[in-house]
Amino acid sequence: MEFKDYYTTLGIDRNATQDEVKRAYRKLARKFHPDINKEDSAEQRFKEIGEAYEVLQDTEKRAAYDKFGKDWQAGQDFKPPPDWDNGFEFNGGGYTENDASQFSDFFESLFGAQGRPGAQDPFAGQQARYAGKGQDLHAKIVINLGDSYLGSKQSLTLQRPTVDDSGHVITRPHTLQVSIPRGITEGQQIRLAGQGAEGMGGGTNGDLFLEVAFSKHNFFTHDLRDIMLTLPIAPWEAALGASIQVPTLGGTVELKIPPNSQTGKKMRLKGRGLCSAKLSGDQYVTLAIMVPKPVTEKDTELYNSMKENMSFNPRSHLGVHL
Amino acid sequence: MKPELQCTIIDESSEYSLRELCNVCKVHAQFIQDLIDEGILSPQGQSPQEWRFAAIEIKRIQVSIRLQQDLRINLPGTALALDLLDEITQLKRSKSYLDQFYALDNDR
Repeated sequence: MEFKDYYTTLGIDRNATQDEVKRAYRKLARKFHPDINKEDSAEQRFKEIGEAYEVLQDTEKRAAYDKFGKDWQAGQDFKPPPDWDNGFEFNGGGYTENDASQFSDFFESLFGAQGRPGAQDPFAGQQARYAGKGQDLHAKIVINLGDSYLGSKQSLTLQRPTVDDSGHVITRPHTLQVSIPRGITEGQQIRLAGQGAEGMGGGTNGDLFLEVAFSKHNFFTHDLRDIMLTLPIAPWEAALGASIQVPTLGGTVELKIPPNSQTGKKMRLKGRGLCSAKLSGDQYVTLAIMVPKPVTEKDTELYNSMKENMSFNPRSHLGVHL
Repeated sequence: MKPELQCTIIDESSEYSLRELCNVCKVHAQFIQDLIDEGILSPQGQSPQEWRFAAIEIKRIQVSIRLQQDLRINLPGTALALDLLDEITQLKRSKSYLDQFYALDNDR
């Protein structure tokens, strides 16, 4: 089991006051709240911060934790010494309203009822006397744009809290096959009834909400149902017009570029975005003219000939002369 | 064989009544009323019996609950946070589009 340095997690000194603990926690909780911070690591950080605060905000738990001294480093292999908690009052539970099933093994071994075989758990054996609906669970599912365009089946494994034979909450891996319907968009949720946490004492299970996120594509971006592509074109294609091949999620299509097109011109491919059974999206193509490097002498000659024969001032609207 | 999972897509094409909404989000009708009064939710229809909620509002309710529980934000603060989060999402989308556009210069 890894030792957790709760002070480092909150970024505070070991001699921080209780007020400092609270302030550090609140600041970090705001920063890493998974609804606010969309980084992949945010949820994990938020849980660690919550666990650290759970221990350090409680003067009894903090004093017990402090007995380990500062010699321990985060990540070091750790085993609590026997009777380390003698004289402290939190035996047998003592959780607050925080969701303790999300805490680490390290926390569980020190402050959870499981860590102390001798401790009396007042609720052990009683869970059958009341029934409660299981909690709803929320998770993120990352798919690529192609999965949404065509619809797909995804397999994902979640850590689902469940109650073991002795009445303790533990997490167990749980694998689900989920059908992703065609045209799902980022931020939308898939609700799986009864796939949340198990109910207590015969209560019904909670639900599972999967929020969809898209992995980054090499060249497409997306805005709700619309797909965006920047399409590089040659100067002569822009000037003279051309019919060119454009990638879409559904394969290559032909696009007619009108003569005299400029960089930034936006063109729409109707119905080529993320379409569901009822709603459709488009693909938007933004032209970007790429200027070829003059490599050979002939190339340089061509550029010179254009310079001499074409009266073109790209900066006329700025009021400057060539 | 495993039974087929009961799977509902919460997207902009489906609508919920007040009762259905309370059921899915496991909240009291009064909480929904409070969110409406704060402008966080905007159902179609005149009276609570007629209210129709866009399914996408379920997420606003869930985020409201979490922000209030986890960060002790009050209702007006929650409304402000939700609006700002929407705006950030929109700005990030625009930015990823522009990043892709200007990345062409570095490619070659």
